[in-house]
Amino acid sequence: MEFKTVLTTCPYCGCGCGLLLEILDGRLIGTLPSKTSPVNQGRLCVKGWSVHEFVTSPNRLIRPLVRKADRLVESSWDEALDLSARRLKEIKERHGPDSIAVLTSAKCTNEENYLLQKLTRAAIGTNNIDHCARL
Amino acid sequence: MTNSIEEIESADCILIFGSNTSIAHPLIATRVFRAKARGAKVIVADPRKIPIVLQSDLHLQHRLGTDVALINGLMHIILKNGWERKAFISERTENLEEFRKVVEKYSPDRVSEITGVPVKDLETAAQYYAKAERGSILYTMGITQHTTGVDNVKSLANLSMLTGNIGRESTGVNPLRGQNNVQGACDMGGLPNVYSGYQPVTDQAVRQKFEEAWRAELSARVGLTATEMFPAALEGRVKAMVILGENPVLSDADSHHVEKALEALDFLLVIDIFNTPTSDLAHVVLAGASFAEKEGTFTNTERRVQMVRKAIEPPGDARVDWRIIQELSNRLGYSMDYDSPRAVMEEIARVTPSYAGIRYDRLQGDGLQWPCPSTDHPGTKFLHQGKFTRGKGLFSAIEYKPPAEVADEAYPFQLTTGRIHVHYHTGTMTRNSPSLEREVNECLLEINPEDARELGIGEGDRVLVSSRRGSVSTRVKLTETEKRGTVFMPFHFFESRANILTNPMFDPVAKIPEFKVCAVKIEKMETGSAR
Ligand code: SF4
Repeated sequence: MEFKTVLTTCPYCGCGCGLLLEILDGRLIGTLPSKTSPVNQGRLCVKGWSVHEFVTSPNRLIRPLVRKADRLVESSWDEALDLSARRLKEIKERHGPDSIAVLTSAKCTNEENYLLQKLTRAAIGTNNIDHCARL
Repeated sequence: MTNSIEEIESADCILIFGSNTSIAHPLIATRVFRAKARGAKVIVADPRKIPIVLQSDLHLQHRLGTDVALINGLMHIILKNGWERKAFISERTENLEEFRKVVEKYSPDRVSEITGVPVKDLETAAQYYAKAERGSILYTMGITQHTTGVDNVKSLANLSMLTGNIGRESTGVNPLRGQNNVQGACDMGGLPNVYSGYQPVTDQAVRQKFEEAWRAELSARVGLTATEMFPAALEGRVKAMVILGENPVLSDADSHHVEKALEALDFLLVIDIFNTPTSDLAHVVLAGASFAEKEGTFTNTERRVQMVRKAIEPPGDARVDWRIIQELSNRLGYSMDYDSPRAVMEEIARVTPSYAGIRYDRLQGDGLQWPCPSTDHPGTKFLHQGKFTRGKGLFSAIEYKPPAEVADEAYPFQLTTGRIHVHYHTGTMTRNSPSLEREVNECLLEINPEDARELGIGEGDRVLVSSRRGSVSTRVKLTETEKRGTVFMPFHFFESRANILTNPMFDPVAKIPEFKVCAVKIEKMETGSAR
């Protein structure tokens, strides 16, 4: 048996509490508060204590989906990515870059948000990017 | 936040404005309780008797959407009694006289009539806050989700400047950011008018810098906000959307309208970790990774950049989102070739002055609070020390305007929306968490017991709630939390979508919809009738 903890940051609210994920043989089994975090100093709220649960939910998406005959069916990554890129390019060519709009995520990392706005502005060529901060 | 979370503990007056702190930001509420134990006065201004009211010294239960009137009323009392900080005002601010002319019109009697708050309570609140050595204001969506959201925020800034409660330890005007990385999404340029670090797309020198850094030609035209994208899709101006980890069908105002807009698109790509009512409408759904499966950083509400570390592999064939974005970009013909999130952060630091000193090596301990302009800079605990970003702080003269939609004969109740303790946003994560779902697994409309009695509604009855935009069925909970005439609904539940009811009218500047007030009617449903 191999047990370890990984120090990371809570994905729920803007407090940004430090927490430790408990890993047993590569499986996520629990969450503990970080005692050294300047934000939460060893405490967590009810949501923080249970963050491991949604991660390991059986409802997680585990494969790309592509719409065929009006149903979303599982596909390979190549098929899903190629189709997405082809459709976005077609629409950009026909209607211009401002006919595409992007919502980035207040739940994703800084690095991912930076890359998605770079993709929107440099690869697509529009400033139509926003996220749900207003909501 | 202008200040840091730990500083709240040493404030001697805390004014909590439109923030359900103990529910939405539990670990910040902890600091409020510690301050209170040390003798701080805690004032809660909120139309609902939220849990933190029980720990407060004073509750200003103003009517929904009357925030500007309430704040002007407090400032009227402060000026009348000469409690303003004259030295601070003359050194650091301008436009006091214009502002005074407007505030003079908000006499305690008039404000009491508009807001429903007794004159005595207005006076006590003004005195507590103005006389505090260190007065701190905390606010959230209760302030911003109104057609007058920008006015509300400016009014709070006025109040802090008038009393010199800004730019020092344990003071400030502190928005508590709702989602874990809203701060970071804004900082990184997830906005239609700015690149990372709030550098305007319309500034030619800035644009040129990014064109060189990214080797691409960039548009000078400000883009659409989220609230403008959906109408544009319905009008056919927007033909395709890419949505990363968001669920606008549940989170946006007037959700029928959002659904129609997404259905009108020629192409919708969604990247998420669960199926959601939004991904159900997509042409392609890409399986992303959760926070536990990737490396990166989040920036919390006090501007603290902190590490996210990989603990396990993504499930099945799911992939980390930064790789998905990179692969999509390459297929679009724009090459991206990062070997790790660390390399992305190095680029962010190169092009973003406020993040210039951020490196993964420096984030291993407590993280770093931006602005952090160089690799030997320790980060910034509180903003506006010595001077404001624009130089002098500007007093804004602001008149009260009622909400866009008020209760009338046809729709006699005011509905407000928000969160409950065990759930988060649209429930995509929390409702997939068995111990949270066990606590609360359905929507409950909160209503004052007197109002319920008049409508012949009992605890747990099913009702139909309707606004001018649609109807939702839900069960009810009788509670003194709500004052008469006001009802509350959380927006976490796809079975009872509160945002079918809400008003998409938005603030003209910030473009935030008025989630916090709309008019509804409530009808009892017969037992056994369909949901
Ligand atoms: S543990 Fe609770 S208070 Fe802390 S960040 Fe997570 S959700 Fe917020």
